[in-house]
Amino acid sequence: MNLHLHPIPAPTAADNAPPLIALRDVEKTYPARSGGGAVSALEAITLEVPKGSILGVIGRSGAGKSTLIRLVNGLERPSRGQVVVDGVEISALPEHALREQRRSIGMIFQHFNLLARRTAYDNIALPLEIAGVPSSEIKSRITPLLELVGLADKARRYPAELSGGQKQRVGIARALATNPKVLLSDEATSALDPETTEQILALLRRINAELSLTVLLITHEMSVIKSVADRVAVIDGGRIVEERTTFDLFTRPQHATTRNFVASITGTDLPAHLAGKLASDPAGASQALVRLTFTGGDAAQPFLSVLTRQLNLDLGIIQAKVDHIAGQPYGTLIVGVPAVPTQVAALSEAAQKLGLDVEVLGYVA
Amino acid sequence: MWPEVFSPQILKLLVSSIGQTLYMVGVAGLIGTLIGLPLGVFLATSRRGELFAAPAINNAIGLVVNAARSTPFIILVVAIVPLTRLIAGTSIGTSAAIVPLTIAAAPFIARVIEAAIRGVDQGLIEAARAMGATPLQIVQKVLLPEALPAIVSALTLTVVSLIGYSAMVGAVGGGGLGDLGIRFGYQRFMPDVMLVVVLVLIVLVQGVQSLGDFLARRLDKRARF
Repeated sequence: MNLHLHPIPAPTAADNAPPLIALRDVEKTYPARSGGGAVSALEAITLEVPKGSILGVIGRSGAGKSTLIRLVNGLERPSRGQVVVDGVEISALPEHALREQRRSIGMIFQHFNLLARRTAYDNIALPLEIAGVPSSEIKSRITPLLELVGLADKARRYPAELSGGQKQRVGIARALATNPKVLLSDEATSALDPETTEQILALLRRINAELSLTVLLITHEMSVIKSVADRVAVIDGGRIVEERTTFDLFTRPQHATTRNFVASITGTDLPAHLAGKLASDPAGASQALVRLTFTGGDAAQPFLSVLTRQLNLDLGIIQAKVDHIAGQPYGTLIVGVPAVPTQVAALSEAAQKLGLDVEVLGYVA
Repeated sequence: MWPEVFSPQILKLLVSSIGQTLYMVGVAGLIGTLIGLPLGVFLATSRRGELFAAPAINNAIGLVVNAARSTPFIILVVAIVPLTRLIAGTSIGTSAAIVPLTIAAAPFIARVIEAAIRGVDQGLIEAARAMGATPLQIVQKVLLPEALPAIVSALTLTVVSLIGYSAMVGAVGGGGLGDLGIRFGYQRFMPDVMLVVVLVLIVLVQGVQSLGDFLARRLDKRARF
């Protein structure tokens, strides 16, 4: 099995090495159609994907993410700016040279885009046939690929005989057939159920690690980003509004669009029946509701018991959610404490000392 | 009355008429496909933004195809007599009749092939482009193979239409089943001959349709399981 054509970079060197994919000040405008003005799909996009890393681009439909991913393999050409993949300026290549480059950029699709009249095996063979690989060599390439994606026993099946997850596995094997340096994933799990999605994402992670493949994926699902991406770019209205490491983005979202995406998955808001009764004045209230947020290393310490012991305070848990993002724990806790201002102040101070984010949400009767 | 149909002369005529029909339809269908297939592929891939984008040529060919298709077949047969003479050496007879049949078949085939090719999922073209396929490779390895079941159905439809058209070429001495029916069944008042001709045509069309359906189903890997 010879899939390791590209050297695996040391993780620490990745920061200094030139990015494998770079978009520089890219703009994409579609010419005016009859009856309308020119449509701007992307504006001022600058984005880098370090070698061997996974960058997730998240956005709602129509945000421009499909256009963005198609710039990388030249299916779309930028109206302005540069698209560079592994040192080659894709955006400047003539069509024939671009075709050559596309062989080192694999792509998988939301609807798999498998040929219905070819078996799994023959679908994987297609990019090799296109590249002019002799048929004797094709066989020796496909067998390990089928094993890699766990479909060794399905080689002779037609797509109609395969489940959605199996079809996407064929799609992944096909994308890897020409030993690409880059894998582009265009909503690859959007047509799959949650369980299958997790399996496909796990496969992508494994491929990323084993083959040191650089992955650019676009999605509208925060859970996909959470599972696989090292870094995330949030795209809205054709612009990148925020781009950070996945953990940072989840724990400290800045832009409103990002917050909406994060809230969709972390769910740290107060339950509706409590939120309605929330008062800002402690008078007449029995409990103060305080939100404690812990991230990364803070999460390891037993802060709840530390706080109760230190303050001799009785804490009731109203809502709690603990999650792991990019391998780091992250959680939100809403606790109820007696509505005594001095006690609330003491709790805030003690919690902040422990490295927690504290927010007094209000008081309830 | 019945024995007349099965008289040796009539039977002989019937057999040779079937042969003539098959010959005309077969050759016209074959040459029509050779012309119509590439035309259909071109029509399906040459609009703005498509693989072989050439909107002006696409429009021009589309116009010619439409003009040919809107001419009633019997008018086409007589209108192109000079051309027929040029190609076949004569304007009379079974071989000569192949010329108008082919000219009627080619644009028809071009349109049905175009529809078959347009039925291929655009996502497959995009996937092939993403693999670095040339437009020609996309036609060879994606469009034609994926459209094959639809193409077989389209050609079946063409052959059935050609069998109908071939009944009209009796006007230029083309022979065939239709001609037999007109000359004997109608003009010589032999309704039993007409009946047999119609029955043979029904069996022929049914056979062609069944064979086409069977092949298309065999080739289609989508819904079989």
